[in-house]
Amino acid sequence: MTAMLETKNLGISFGGLKAVDGLSLTIEKGQLYGMIGPNGAGKTTVFNLLTGVYKPTSGNFFLDGEKLTGCSTIEINKKGIARTFQNIRLFSQLSVLDNVKVGLHNDYRYAAATGVFRLPAYFRTEKAMNEKALELLEVFGLAAEKDYLSSNLPYGKQRKLEIARALATAPKLLLLDEPAAGMNPNETQELMETIRFVRDHFDMTILLIEHDMRLVAGICEELTVLNFGTVLAQGPTAKVLKDPEVIKAYLGE
Amino acid sequence: MKKFKELNKATRNNTVTYIIVALMFVFCIVYTETGMASNLFQGILVPICVNVILAVSLNLTVGILGELSLGHAGFMCVGAFVGSLFSVMTAASMDAALLRFPLALLLGGVAAGIVGILVGIPVLRLRGDYLAIVTLAFGEIIKNIVNNLYVVTDAGGLHVALGVDAYNAMEIDAASSEVYINGAMGITGTPKDSTYIIGFVLIFITLIVVQNLVNSRTGRAIMAIRDNRIAAEATGINITKYKLIAFALSAFFAGVAGALYSHNLASLSAIKFDYNYSILILVFVVLGGIGSMRGSVIAAVILTALPELLRGLDSYRMLIYAIILIVMMLVNNNEQLSYYKNKLFGGLSAQLSGRSRKQKEVS
Ligand SMILES: Nc1ncnc2c1ncn2[C@@H]1O[C@H](COP(=O)(O)OP(=O)(O)OP(=O)(O)O)[C@@H](O)[C@H]1O
Ligand SMILES: [Mg+2]
Repeated sequence: MTAMLETKNLGISFGGLKAVDGLSLTIEKGQLYGMIGPNGAGKTTVFNLLTGVYKPTSGNFFLDGEKLTGCSTIEINKKGIARTFQNIRLFSQLSVLDNVKVGLHNDYRYAAATGVFRLPAYFRTEKAMNEKALELLEVFGLAAEKDYLSSNLPYGKQRKLEIARALATAPKLLLLDEPAAGMNPNETQELMETIRFVRDHFDMTILLIEHDMRLVAGICEELTVLNFGTVLAQGPTAKVLKDPEVIKAYLGE
Repeated sequence: MKKFKELNKATRNNTVTYIIVALMFVFCIVYTETGMASNLFQGILVPICVNVILAVSLNLTVGILGELSLGHAGFMCVGAFVGSLFSVMTAASMDAALLRFPLALLLGGVAAGIVGILVGIPVLRLRGDYLAIVTLAFGEIIKNIVNNLYVVTDAGGLHVALGVDAYNAMEIDAASSEVYINGAMGITGTPKDSTYIIGFVLIFITLIVVQNLVNSRTGRAIMAIRDNRIAAEATGINITKYKLIAFALSAFFAGVAGALYSHNLASLSAIKFDYNYSILILVFVVLGGIGSMRGSVIAAVILTALPELLRGLDSYRMLIYAIILIVMMLVNNNEQLSYYKNKLFGGLSAQLSGRSRKQKEVS
């Protein structure tokens, strides 16, 4: 069986700085995979490589066996990689519901003219979009706030809305960049359950970056530890977290 | 009334806008048909319609797409000249204004829309201030090209020249020649087809198209790009495509407004479409509230009518105009006052004023 995500020797340098160097990892379908490492280790840069924001200066990556190196951000999203951002990036002046509906854009189509002239397809498709978007919002407990301006949501819910929007693009692989950042322990606990639910319910493969060790230890099956752009350790979570190198570089600080 | 409240907020908001325009229309009909209206009043009705269409269409670029464009008068210029040229050339063969004028309006709009796409392809790669400066330059370039354009026909067919020297060098059969566009002197003899009734019909069409577009899949994509380009891209939205749709549609309606404008004047020259006009349209949009179509309509009506209606006050005219401008500006910048204004003008503007903090690095 082909892996859902495979990176081979992936790397990028900015000027002289090797932000990511020789990253090889394999994530199987349905896995919950974690990426940890100190600040500036290159974690977010890996996400930017996997979503085509940056083009790698070396190596390749494959989604479900298909090589995506060099594809544009939009193409990569259409092929099935969706992400959230470390600094929340919502469509701040759109409602909570509309944020998710933007995520449905490519799967629920009608022509611009159909919208302008309000043809039957407009009403039909919009209704289906509303239903689908609400279904996703319900998973994250956001249905009651569907008409709020997304920027008026509290921080924790904004993070959840970002995940809902990413899921709306019907990805094969979901990348979460520090989903628990800024959440209190209760919210984090709830988020862990939601992430697990998303994986089971949507049959999703998830790669997440996180600093919260409780979350990582609680839900990730395997880990990659990055340090200065290179892989410090890789393997099953329990084993990696006991690795003295990892403790020294990261957990001990 | 209960049913009205059940509609979603956007639909409700749009309906209020249509009602306001309809009331204005009824007022104009009653006022002019009963013979109460002065010549002055009747004279400003078409310019008001023109400016309303311009304001609403520019608001599509500025408020919905979130890009500052300072060249709107350039697109209007294209529409005005293409529309007029068509009408002048076909005046003899196609005298039914019923068919000719709609065609002229449509052609003016399409020509401006095409220029919008041509300008938009390079320009929309730029962001923020750069885009503003380049659109300003394009507006001036369009104006200057038309200002130096000569279109002449004679027995030998159609002749087009750019610049006086090229025009003088042209070999034209003087006996059979007819000058349509005469450089800086512009175009004369456009049939006076514009009426405020057609103007109001066009306002309705513009509002319906723009507001329906905004509340559709396409509009959502455009606003997603405005709010966060990087997230929109990561969500699979084709940035270039949707930016171009918004920009071209905005130019299309500017072109329609231009044709409406030119069919209200006996003679037309390109210098009228300078950056002052572009700025004026932007003033309507900003004072009415960026993103609020209703605000654009009301601001354009007030600011077009005022200077004319105050004409009787003579030298105090510009003073009063300036004071009203300042008051509108203060109302916009004061939270308490703008709360009431938004209740009146429709909500988006307040929400939009806090936006557009764009980050470069993706994290
Ligand atoms: N566009 C860029 N140009 C130059 N340097 C960059 C760029 N993007 C990232 N870097 C550098 O690459 C390194 C890795 O950054 P990255 O954001 O990937 O770290 P991170 O592991 O996500 O850290 P954090 O835990 O703080 O989010 C940093 O030194 C950063 O300054
Ligand atoms: Mg990071």
